[in-house]
Amino acid sequence: MIVIEGTDGVGRSTHTALLRTWLESRGHAVLDTGMTRSVLAGRGIKEAKTGHTLGRLTMQLFYATDFIDRLENEMLPALRAGFVVLTDRYIYSAMARAEVRGIDSAWIRSIYSMALVPDAVFYLRISSAQKLVERVVSSGRGFDYWESGMDLGLGEDFYDSFIAYQTRMLKVFDRMSSEFGFHVLNASRSVRSVALDLRRAISKLIEEPANPTEHNVRPLIPLKDKPAAAKPSSNVIDLNKEALS
Amino acid sequence: MISYGHHQFPGKLFVVEGTDGSGKSTQLALLHQWLKAEGYPVFFSEWNSSPLVKDTTKRAKKRHLFTPATFSLLHATDFADRTERDIIPPLKGGAIVLADRYIYTAFARDVARGCDRAWVREVYSFAVKPTVAFFFRAPLDVAMDRIVSSRPSLKYYEAGMDIGWSDDPEESFKIFQGKILEEYDRMVSEFGLTVIDASRSIERQQREMRLLISQHLNNKRRGKGY
Repeated sequence: MIVIEGTDGVGRSTHTALLRTWLESRGHAVLDTGMTRSVLAGRGIKEAKTGHTLGRLTMQLFYATDFIDRLENEMLPALRAGFVVLTDRYIYSAMARAEVRGIDSAWIRSIYSMALVPDAVFYLRISSAQKLVERVVSSGRGFDYWESGMDLGLGEDFYDSFIAYQTRMLKVFDRMSSEFGFHVLNASRSVRSVALDLRRAISKLIEEPANPTEHNVRPLIPLKDKPAAAKPSSNVIDLNKEALS
Repeated sequence: MISYGHHQFPGKLFVVEGTDGSGKSTQLALLHQWLKAEGYPVFFSEWNSSPLVKDTTKRAKKRHLFTPATFSLLHATDFADRTERDIIPPLKGGAIVLADRYIYTAFARDVARGCDRAWVREVYSFAVKPTVAFFFRAPLDVAMDRIVSSRPSLKYYEAGMDIGWSDDPEESFKIFQGKILEEYDRMVSEFGLTVIDASRSIERQQREMRLLISQHLNNKRRGKGY
């Protein structure tokens, strides 16, 4: 499982698409998945976002529902079948968005306790909100209410809000980089440079696999005095246990 | 994020719990009328009613898209929306909020369906602790009769058909409800639920509820000068 993380506008979908094509050309079966793409909750989330009345807790839980649906129905079966799973964002984005909204990150970690440990997390890093905003403007993407963190009331207009919100997000991502061991890539460079870095790192990973029993043994989130992870539903095999046996 | 038991609001939250057919909704409706007649500002929140989520829930039930974990999380999403919009604001404003079903419904159902007990409580840890949570305890066969007779057929998830306890919906439902009742019974002491004997008359139950509730009300009525 390979995760591509990074905030809005850094090029995650561009690179995920490029990686998919490249991996398939090398004979790998690929599943690519990302936020709001679940059959269960994807449409509901998009509709809920249009009215701008989505509360901070509700948003988190709706995304968690979307994630777990994809995990159980798409990611786990694909992994079992030997696919490479490319995930556009993972629980780290959820944690960052929650933290910036004043929500207890311990709560988020508990909700996602059944998430698998990815084999690699690539963080596409842009060093400032200023650089991000240049992309938003030059690409013609425009300002999205939620990407600008408008629900937080940080600025008078979308632009000011975007800068304030993304600055906070970038700070949180930097902290998580060290905590979770992200492979950090400078995403300010050309698409080609970033793509090459990704390919190099991923071929090492896929084409020289680690000793299988080392896979997924360390917990994603160290559960010190937290309650035990969610019991997987009956049709889900606990891959951590499988790897250990 | 303030967690369960730590919110401090001027308003009061009263919830009713129990299996379908226990009579809880009837009792809540009577309570609602009484409180309004007495001049209190009262708000009501019903399970699975968030406008942002309920269509997704309906669709998922129809198309059989749920697993125990996603069933739990989507219902928690609905509950979060109602908590943020319909429960907390009136409580902050000093009003009375009534809820038909609360987090204990989720705890009972989701655990019966196989979710980890501690996990489900963590997911709902943002919930406001009720001032009083009534649990209407009806004997399983009484509740079963009421439910089965009131509907033409049991629905898929209602009967727990996805879990595979039985191919027969009624049999599956009975097993499901039995497990739910077990969870409810444990929760009486865990959460200090107030048990109401649902086999007694409607009037008797209502009187008991009003007595218990009055102890928590201290003149929050709408006065003439309001």
